[in-house]
Amino acid sequence: MSLRMPAPKEVQPKSFKFNKANLDKINFIISKYPSDRQASALLPLLDLAQRQNNNWLPLEAMNEVAKILSIPMIKVLEVATFYSMFNLAPVGKYLVQICGTTPCWLRGSDKITEACKKKLGINYGETTQDNQFTLMEVECLGACSNAPMVQINDTYYEDLTEKSMTGILNDLAKGKKPRKGPQSGRKGSEPQIIKEA
Amino acid sequence: MIKLLVDGQEVEVEEGSTLMQACEKNGAEIPRFCFHDRLSIAGNCRMCLVELEGSPKPVASCAMPASEGMKIITKSSSVKKAREGVMEFLLINHPLDCPICDQGGECDLQDQALYYGRGMSRFEEDKRAVDNKPFGPLIKTTMTRCIHCTRCVRFMDEVAGVHELGAVGRGEDMEIFSSSPSGLGGELNGNIIDLCPVGALTSAPYAFKARPWELDKVNSIDVLDGLGSAIQIGSKDGEVLRVLPRLNEDINEEWISDKTRFAIDGLKNQRLDVPYIRNSSGNLQKCSWEQAFQLMANRVSKINSSEIAGLAGNQMCLESMVSLLDLMKSLNVDNLDCRPRNSNMPISHNNKASWLFNPTIRGIEESDLILMIGTEPRYEAAMLDARIRKVWLKNKIFIARIGGGAKSTYPINEIGNDPSIIDSIYRGDHSFNKKLIKSSKPLFIIGQNIFTRSDSIGILGRIREIAKKHNAFNDKWNGVGILQNTANIVAGLEIGFVPKLKTSLNTNKILNNFENGKIKFLWSLGRDDLDINNKNADSFLVYQGHHGDKGAELADVILPGSAYTEKNATYINTEGRVQNAYAAVSPPGSAKEDWKIIRAFSSYIDKTLPYNNLEELRNRISEINNGLTTENFLIKAENNDIGDPKTSLLKEEITNEKLNFFMSCNISRASETMAKCIITQQGK
Repeated sequence: MSLRMPAPKEVQPKSFKFNKANLDKINFIISKYPSDRQASALLPLLDLAQRQNNNWLPLEAMNEVAKILSIPMIKVLEVATFYSMFNLAPVGKYLVQICGTTPCWLRGSDKITEACKKKLGINYGETTQDNQFTLMEVECLGACSNAPMVQINDTYYEDLTEKSMTGILNDLAKGKKPRKGPQSGRKGSEPQIIKEA
Repeated sequence: MIKLLVDGQEVEVEEGSTLMQACEKNGAEIPRFCFHDRLSIAGNCRMCLVELEGSPKPVASCAMPASEGMKIITKSSSVKKAREGVMEFLLINHPLDCPICDQGGECDLQDQALYYGRGMSRFEEDKRAVDNKPFGPLIKTTMTRCIHCTRCVRFMDEVAGVHELGAVGRGEDMEIFSSSPSGLGGELNGNIIDLCPVGALTSAPYAFKARPWELDKVNSIDVLDGLGSAIQIGSKDGEVLRVLPRLNEDINEEWISDKTRFAIDGLKNQRLDVPYIRNSSGNLQKCSWEQAFQLMANRVSKINSSEIAGLAGNQMCLESMVSLLDLMKSLNVDNLDCRPRNSNMPISHNNKASWLFNPTIRGIEESDLILMIGTEPRYEAAMLDARIRKVWLKNKIFIARIGGGAKSTYPINEIGNDPSIIDSIYRGDHSFNKKLIKSSKPLFIIGQNIFTRSDSIGILGRIREIAKKHNAFNDKWNGVGILQNTANIVAGLEIGFVPKLKTSLNTNKILNNFENGKIKFLWSLGRDDLDINNKNADSFLVYQGHHGDKGAELADVILPGSAYTEKNATYINTEGRVQNAYAAVSPPGSAKEDWKIIRAFSSYIDKTLPYNNLEELRNRISEINNGLTTENFLIKAENNDIGDPKTSLLKEEITNEKLNFFMSCNISRASETMAKCIITQQGK
C-alpha cells in the first residue's frame, strides 16, 4: 500500500451537500456523543458522505464534515487517509475487494484474482470502462473459515471457486443479485466434509 | 508523593509524573525524539524505553505514569538493546545525508545514533522517499528525513493554535502534511524548526549558511516588539546569521515569534554605515564624522535652546537615550519626547501604572477573565498572545475585546467598538459585568491606540475604577496592563525623556514647530515614525540611527549608529523588566555605538558628558534608578491611580493600531524574508 491522497482536482466535485435524509441521520449520530465530544462522530459522518457520493469521498465532503463537527480540515484528512475503507477517488458501481491474506491465499485467492482480472479485463486498482467494477486487493476481512472470499460493496461472498466468482460478476453485470455468503452450499462456517478423491 | 526505585535508588516524585521524570530526577539521561516538556505526550518514537520490573517488555518512559513501588532500570544491556532496535528502525528510512543537512551538528538523531546506532545498516531494500511540503517562505522541508515524531503537529495545534499540520496516511506511508498549500499561518512557525529533532524542517533563510560549530553565539534579547524575548544570536564572519530562542519563563518560555527569528536579514540591508550631510544641491553626501559634527556644532551655536528639540525612537537603547538626555540638559533643552506622534500617554512617574504591563506576562496565566481594549496582541506582541492562548487552553477563560481586530488563536468575544461600552461596564449595566462579578483575577489589556485618543485619560480612569471594583488590584494581583508594542519606550518614560515643563513641547508640537521653522535643530534618535511633510529651510534635522528608513530621508546630517545586535545595551520591556542586549557583531563601516556618538559630539561642542566608558555611563544611569543597571530588575508602579474617570468619552469608535506584524520597525521593513512573509500572507 502506498500513501493514499485525495483524487486530483479535475476529478473533485465543486461542492458537496448532505441530503435531507442524511442530515437527519447526522443529527442522530451527533446526539449519541457528549456535547463537547462532537468530533467523535467523524467516522460515521465520513461513512455517510461516502455512501451518498457513489462510494467515494471527495475533498468537499471532508470540508463539509469538518464544518459540521467544527474541527480543522486537516484532522478530517488525517482520518480519511488513514482508513483504507474510505475511497479517496471515484470507484466503479461494484467495488470488488479480494482478500489476499494468508488463509485465503492458501485456499486459492490467486486463482480468484486471476478469474476476476480475466473476466473484467482490469488489474488491481483499476476500474472497468463502463464504471461498473473496481478491483482491489485488501488484507484479511475476518472470514478465514470461509476462505477464499471477496467483499463486493457491503456484501461478503465466500467459499469461492473460479467458477462461482465469474458467476457472481456475471450476475452483477446483468443487474441480478447473486446469493451472498458461502457459495459452496454451506450455510455458515460449519465443518465441510472433504471427499477423498 | 510517589516513591519508586530507579536503578536501585529510591526516588520521590509528585503524583502524575511520568517514569521519564522519575528517571531524570535520579540523573539518568533518557533519549527521546517525540517527547517535549511543553507539548502533549505522544509516545510514538519509542526511544525512551526503560525496563520495568514485572513488565515483560520494555516500556516507553515518557508515556508511562509513575506509581508506588515501581522498579525501573535505565542502564541495563537489555534497555540498550531495545533502544538500539528502535534506532535501527528509525534509520531504515532516514536518508543519512548528514553532510548536506543543515541540522548536522545539532541533530538529535545524529547525537543519539552515536550511542544507539549500529555501525552498519542491515537494510537492503529500497528506502522510502517523501515529497517536500509547502511550509511557507520560512521553513525549508526535506520530508524524507522525517521520523514522524509529530512535534511540529503538536506545537502548531497546541501552542501556535494554527490547525494546519497533520499526519496523513499510515504506517510506513505516513507523511506530515499541511492542509494549506500556501504555507502555514500564524506568527510562531519558526519554532517548529527548533522542535524538529532531525533535519526535516530547517530554516529556509539560513539554509547552507553555516554549521552550528562555526557560529559565535551571544545570548541577548530581542527588540523588535515590546516584550524583549530572550534570544541567542549566532554570527559568523561579522554577520548575524540566525537567531534562536533562549529559555525565559517570564517572557517567551522557549519560543520566539517569526519576526524575532527571521527579520535579521534586515540588519544587512539599507544600513547607514558612514555619516552623511546634505550638500548644497540637496543630496545626501558621504562625509567624515568631523565634518558632520562641525556642521551640527555650527548650527547649534547659532540658535538658542528653545529652538532645539530631541526625539528618541523606541527601539533605541537606554544608554543612548540617557546620553542624549544629558546632552540636551547641558544645552538647557526641554523639548524632548520619546512617545509616538499623537500619543498622550501620561508621563509622570506617579503614573507609572499607565505605561507598564503591570500584571506581567507570566501573570497572564493566573487571570480568569480578559478584556482587551483597542489592541491586537497577535500582531503587537505575538509571544504574549501565545500566553493568552495558553491560559485559554488550560482554563477556557472568557476573553472579550472592545475595538475589534484580527482573530486570534483563541475565541475573542467582540463586544463592540463604541466607547460607551466602557461607560456601560463602568456603570455596571453591561452584560460583560455578569462575567466580571464572578472573576477573581480579571485582566485588562490596553493597547497603544487608546493613547492616540484625546479621551485616553477618561478610558484609563474608567478601567481603573472597573478594575478596583472587581478584585483587579490587591497585593497579589494588578490586573491592568498597558501593552507597549515597541522595545524601549518604557525606558524613555522611566528616565524622563519627555517634555520637562508644562511649556515644553511634545512630539506633536515639536514636529509642527519643526515644519514651521520654530524648531531649528531636531535630533532624531532613531525616529522612523515621523511624517514631516514640508521641512522648513531653516530647520535642521539630525538623524542618528542604523537604517536608512523614513526617518533618514529628510535628514540634513545622518549619524550612523548601531543596531541591537551590535552593542551592549539595556532595554526595558513592556512589563518594566530591565534586560541587557549584548553585541554579537561590530557595527558596519564607520558606524558607532550610539551613546559614543552623542558623547563624542558633546566633547566637540565643549559640553563633555561625564562618562568615558560604558561602566561610567551605567553608573550615571544608576543615579536615575538603581535598578536600571540590574539585569532582570522589574520596574513597579507605586500606585494604580491611572487616568481620571471624570473625563467624558468621545463618540469616536475605539480601534486598534492595525500594526503590520511583519514590518513594524526599520529592521523588519528592510528584511526580504519579512517581505516574503507578507506576500504569503496576502496569498492566503
